[in-house]
Amino acid sequence: MSDHNNKGLYAADLKKAKGLGSAHEGTDHWMMQKITAIANVPLVLWLVWSIIGLQGATHAQFIAWQAQPANAVLMIMLIISVMYHAKLGAQVITEDYISTEWFKMMKLIGQKVFFFGLAIMCIFCVLKIAFTAGV
Amino acid sequence: MSQTTKKVQRPLSPHLQVYKLPLTALMSISHRATGASLIIGTLLVAGFLIAAATSEQHYNFVMTVASSKIGLLVMFLWSFALYFHMFNGIRHMFWDTGRFLEKGQAMRTNYIVLMCAVTATAVTWGGRTLLALIFTGMGG
Repeated sequence: MSDHNNKGLYAADLKKAKGLGSAHEGTDHWMMQKITAIANVPLVLWLVWSIIGLQGATHAQFIAWQAQPANAVLMIMLIISVMYHAKLGAQVITEDYISTEWFKMMKLIGQKVFFFGLAIMCIFCVLKIAFTAGV
Repeated sequence: MSQTTKKVQRPLSPHLQVYKLPLTALMSISHRATGASLIIGTLLVAGFLIAAATSEQHYNFVMTVASSKIGLLVMFLWSFALYFHMFNGIRHMFWDTGRFLEKGQAMRTNYIVLMCAVTATAVTWGGRTLLALIFTGMGG
């Protein structure tokens, strides 16, 4: 891999070992996108199946469904995987289409805060439902 | 001014406005477009969770919006975007291993991805209608 491009000829050993290019990140983005993508397939199919079963559900019915341990854990896994995947995807779109450097940086930070914030909020809601249902 | 500044009429290379995109290119940009629009569906799920954890009134409001004609239309489009992105994403994973990269294979798998997405959407909404009929039939 080292003679794949010019980097292998000129880069210092440490730089080569780290495998990070000019973007200061290596294959991490790609790898996490693939891992979350694979995880998303069964999780999202479960979500679609669940939504079909929950159509028109009352509040009490929804709470009872969401409070079941399997549903709570799957929902939290879904939130983490989907939000992470969305964060990575939105990041690439911004990097591709926004050329004004300061605006790009602000938008990237904003997106990161948005997706992680939303994920934390959703996880908290699932936990609250799971721990307080039937109390 | 020297003669070098004279405008030479050279053919322009085709850019997006004058270039008919092949299906493979349309599928490629659609993957990005569906990915971006799936965020809307994610917000709907987040809305349900936050509303349900807040109060029954909040939950009922979100359920009313989601069950309305516009809500159902959004969910229908969401389901198609979801399946398109999913099946095209699976194709991307095959591409990552070096498979199906030839022009003809890319074109054939275009149709496979589209067929899978349409079929999955039809099965989802067919199944949904069937379930609704069963539940109404049982009086529940």
